[in-house]
Amino acid sequence: MDFTLSKKHEMAQTLFKEFAEKEVKPLAQEIDEEHRFPRETVEKMAKAGFLGIPVPKEFGGQGCDPLTYVMCVEELSKVCGTTGVIVSAHTSLCMDPIQTFGTPAQKEKYLPDLASGKKLGAFGLTEPGAGTDAQGQQTKAVLDGDEWVLNGSKCFITNGKEADVYIIIAVTGKVEKRGRMQKEISAFIVEKDTPGFTFGTKENKMGICGSSTYELIFTDCRIPKENLLGAKGKGFGIAMHTLDGGRIGIAAQALGIAEGALETTINYVKERKQFGRSIAQFQNTQFQLADMATKVEAAKMLVYKAAMKKGEYQSGKKVSYSVEAAMAKLYAAEVAMEVTTKAVQLHGGYGYIKEYDVERMMRDAKITEIYEGTSEVQRMVISANILN
Amino acid sequence: MKVVVCVKQVPDTKGGVKFNPDGTLDRGAMLTIMNPDDKAGLEAALAIKDQNEDVEVTVVTMGLPKAEEVLREAMAMGADKGVLVTDRVLGGADTWATSTTLAGALRNIDYDLIITGRQAIDGDTAQVGPQIAEHLGLPVISYAQDIKVEGDSVVVKRQYDDGYHMVKAQMPCLITALAELNEPRYMTPGGIFDAYDAEITTWGRADLKDVEDSNLGLNGSPTKIAKASDKVRKGAGEKVTPDSPEDAAKLIVDKLLSKHII
Repeated sequence: MDFTLSKKHEMAQTLFKEFAEKEVKPLAQEIDEEHRFPRETVEKMAKAGFLGIPVPKEFGGQGCDPLTYVMCVEELSKVCGTTGVIVSAHTSLCMDPIQTFGTPAQKEKYLPDLASGKKLGAFGLTEPGAGTDAQGQQTKAVLDGDEWVLNGSKCFITNGKEADVYIIIAVTGKVEKRGRMQKEISAFIVEKDTPGFTFGTKENKMGICGSSTYELIFTDCRIPKENLLGAKGKGFGIAMHTLDGGRIGIAAQALGIAEGALETTINYVKERKQFGRSIAQFQNTQFQLADMATKVEAAKMLVYKAAMKKGEYQSGKKVSYSVEAAMAKLYAAEVAMEVTTKAVQLHGGYGYIKEYDVERMMRDAKITEIYEGTSEVQRMVISANILN
Repeated sequence: MKVVVCVKQVPDTKGGVKFNPDGTLDRGAMLTIMNPDDKAGLEAALAIKDQNEDVEVTVVTMGLPKAEEVLREAMAMGADKGVLVTDRVLGGADTWATSTTLAGALRNIDYDLIITGRQAIDGDTAQVGPQIAEHLGLPVISYAQDIKVEGDSVVVKRQYDDGYHMVKAQMPCLITALAELNEPRYMTPGGIFDAYDAEITTWGRADLKDVEDSNLGLNGSPTKIAKASDKVRKGAGEKVTPDSPEDAAKLIVDKLLSKHII
């Protein structure tokens, strides 16, 4: 067992860190305040290859492993949670299912533009009545000649209005399963500007305010028959597989937010003076920081382990990374919330002021306990696995 | 077209500076970066390559074995090949011995254009580039702010105190680049993976062409370092409160006399 990063991973980490400091950090506060999608950063990330990290070179990607991708989301999220989730949703939720379940023609058509960052990706599963209960889907797809006709809506979609390619989960019929009728669910690739595909409300969120979170509306939206992703009726499995990968991305985002808050707080407590000395000299501060650092390190181990397990899967081994992904997301998200809350506390009144980064980090951390499977869902996944 | 870029691994000033007992830099013990002027030179070469796929960019460095890192970084940015010149007998080289060594290595490489940085942030001499040109009998254009390739020539905007010169030279030639020349591109993640899978050519003293031992390493360096030190923090100083202007003047004069300044 080796806990040392390889030279290439170390260099990639240096690259992501430098990019985050120079290109992302200066905009973090501004895009949060203005609720503005950082299109200029996305263009720079595209140029630097950050939008196709785990995609094979034959499809225009960088040909790196999931660990490298995770380190990218982590370093971006250290300074800006919004930027981290833009990359995560694009990579894990859109490119990954196309790469895993797409036909050769679908991969050839969509992956090069997505991996180069020419186009941005998104994923639509959640509906007003179908969050944790993915079987509650109402969006329907009906085959009419050579086209699927989509009707319904998706909500809380990350990269919502900014994306160009969407993976959409919809009901395509009913099937009998263990004597009960259940919804047959399928997955589709939908392109922006398809007639009948429009956007609803932009969500006004607590955190990750620069990310574009929209409702997607489908009204007699006709897409080519060949845009069915995977086999008809396999959509639920595709969605669950996609979310397994997505959870590693969100775990990396949570880890990055926690690390960013910890680093910011370490710098702050050395400078802040009370009772004639820096607050870093008080034992309460020291013990708080020790707990924060230990939990961040433990989260990092879980996140990196999940990424490496996914790497094994991608290299052809028949392994599942579902539990590792759930554990990483559960723990990293809860650590992010705890560490950012403590960071605000250690900043005192300044931590409650928007000029201080920890205020934003605490708001950004909360969503990591909710999206791509709440912490409760992660506990369901983990416990189901250990009890079986 | 073949472009060779000479790059140097220099101390990262964020990490502090450490010296060997002989006053030379202890490069093995310091955080390092690619010298900023060299990085601009590399970017200029890569920009030429962007315009024409037939351009091949080779990066050359002289240094400790760990200087290989700077070659990998250059290759992760887009350079095609890397050559590391490393040998114990080359250590402690000043600009003369360095340029002699690099010229000895460059004689083994096909090139149309050589680009170096104007100067390295650890020495600030700005001598190595022009000296290489002199060793190889090439025209040199220093302080390049902009580089354009026109047929078999280069047209360079050369920075000057009160303006700039437009200089045209036929290749082969050598250009020294300023950090202000451009904004170097980032490495790409895939480029990093490829760079670590790629072979780096490593040359020692025996591979250098047409050089004398007497011009290499510390012994071949005309420059002798008398003393080297890190920046020393100033203390709080001595506070005095003289009773009169006359006493203040006397105090200052006495201090200057005691330090042999006057």
